[in-house]
Amino acid sequence: MDKIWIITKRELASFFDSLIAYVLITIFLGLSGFFTWLFGNNIFLMNQASLQVFFGIAFWSLFFFIPAITMRMLAEETRAGTIELLSTKAISDVQIVTGKFLACLLLVLIALVCTLPYYITVSQLGSADHGAIVGGYLGLLLLSAGYISIGIFCSSITSNQIVAFLISLLIGIFFQILFDVLGYTFRGTFGSVFNYLSMRTHFDSLSRGVIDSRDLVYFGSIIVAGLAFSQSMLSRRNWSA
Amino acid sequence: MSIVIEDLTKKYGEQKAVNNISFEVKTGEVVGFLGPNGAGKSTTMKMITCYMSPTSGDIKLDGLSVLDQAEEVKKKIGYLPENNPLYTDMAIVDYLRFTAEIQGVEKSQISGRIAEMIDMCGLGVEKHKKINELSKGYRQRVGLAQAMIHNPEVLILDEPTTGLDPNQIIEIRKLIKKLGKEKTVILSSHILSEVEATCDRILIINKGRIVADGSADTLRQQSQGQELLTIQIEGGNGDVYKSLLALPSVEKIEQLDGKDGHYRVQSKPENFSRKAIFDLCVQNKWYLMEMTGIETRLEDVFRELTN
Repeated sequence: MDKIWIITKRELASFFDSLIAYVLITIFLGLSGFFTWLFGNNIFLMNQASLQVFFGIAFWSLFFFIPAITMRMLAEETRAGTIELLSTKAISDVQIVTGKFLACLLLVLIALVCTLPYYITVSQLGSADHGAIVGGYLGLLLLSAGYISIGIFCSSITSNQIVAFLISLLIGIFFQILFDVLGYTFRGTFGSVFNYLSMRTHFDSLSRGVIDSRDLVYFGSIIVAGLAFSQSMLSRRNWSA
Repeated sequence: MSIVIEDLTKKYGEQKAVNNISFEVKTGEVVGFLGPNGAGKSTTMKMITCYMSPTSGDIKLDGLSVLDQAEEVKKKIGYLPENNPLYTDMAIVDYLRFTAEIQGVEKSQISGRIAEMIDMCGLGVEKHKKINELSKGYRQRVGLAQAMIHNPEVLILDEPTTGLDPNQIIEIRKLIKKLGKEKTVILSSHILSEVEATCDRILIINKGRIVADGSADTLRQQSQGQELLTIQIEGGNGDVYKSLLALPSVEKIEQLDGKDGHYRVQSKPENFSRKAIFDLCVQNKWYLMEMTGIETRLEDVFRELTN
């Protein structure tokens, strides 16, 4: 756990040193603030003390931002050769991958914490559904964790950041919308399988304030699978040819 | 800490990068891997440092195997990889702290170790600079500092002096020699003079196999085997050649460049002819103008073994 935290600390520091953190948080807050409060179907138009609008925006903006955070993680280490340095220190591949995962998740968490004023404002404006809001935030966090895990896996299969970014968007788009569409298209077992695979299904149910173990298991499995695949990609140098 | 390498093989696909090599390095020895590019030096080092696992065979550090005690082994090794990769966006001090933490240096000792490394590697002036602002020589020093930060018993240095200027090379060599007194050091190079200057023992590797093993002197002797002298004798006449050849210890004589009185004399194996030649000259009242032993250069040994 110590070792994981050392990696996490370094990655976080590097986010803030390289301005990536500030740029992403600013754009995230700008976009979600603009659409939540000022433009189109904003909160005032809906005339409800709920953050559904914000969650809807964040659902998409996180989908695009996360690959931008994760693309660097392992691809850059492979390109620069620093992975050799890291792998020969007293730390395991699992710890490296987990540390990087946590760093990305913390960055997203910081961005989400910055939107807490929205919550405070909304609860001042009327009687807010606190359960739904907590559920929505939890949903966003789990959703992000899922995409981060996928993103880190994509970063582990190439040494090119752009390729990592595009592949994680490609995989992401299935979870984001395609499985959802397929779920509606197919009937019966196929339909429900696709429906279960869609992030939207689980995110929606969480953001209604229903915390169901099925949703937690879903996000948990994506996270674990992504990290496990990344770890085995990291140790691919030992695969016998 | 001793390193024992047993029947080590590494295949990349069909190609054997390292082919069934075995050797032992004793505590406190400085060993140089020498070999042409692609001979398997780096691959062997990557296996010792647990970056890659061997296709077959085993490496043991004081009985700890890289196969199933990798975590323990990694703690005891300091490694400077080829091309010296570093996190270039970090300041030297931060980077060393990061490395020390990962290598499990006690919290209370970290600052002390960092100061010591900065001092030892001559990084004092630059210590708060980011690594990407440093010149290649300084980066190399950071690479060495990060390898030694946890005071490992074994140092593996893959081409530690590439890209350094002659002054820096001399400094790094001195440092390695100093370290070699208490630590086991394995370094690789394809610069012969460097290995000769720093290492107690040289392993020449070619096409994944060890082709020679010994100190610089033994290697020279092995390759040469026989004493070789150039001599110049004045005052003699045509019978100098014959009389020299008649000496019991002499095997072969060549006249040099058609010059009168210049010869190259090769002694029989394990025989030495210097005294006999001198006595011969005294007997015949010849003047011995020159008598020089020819040393085989390490370059010749290397070329002979790897071509």
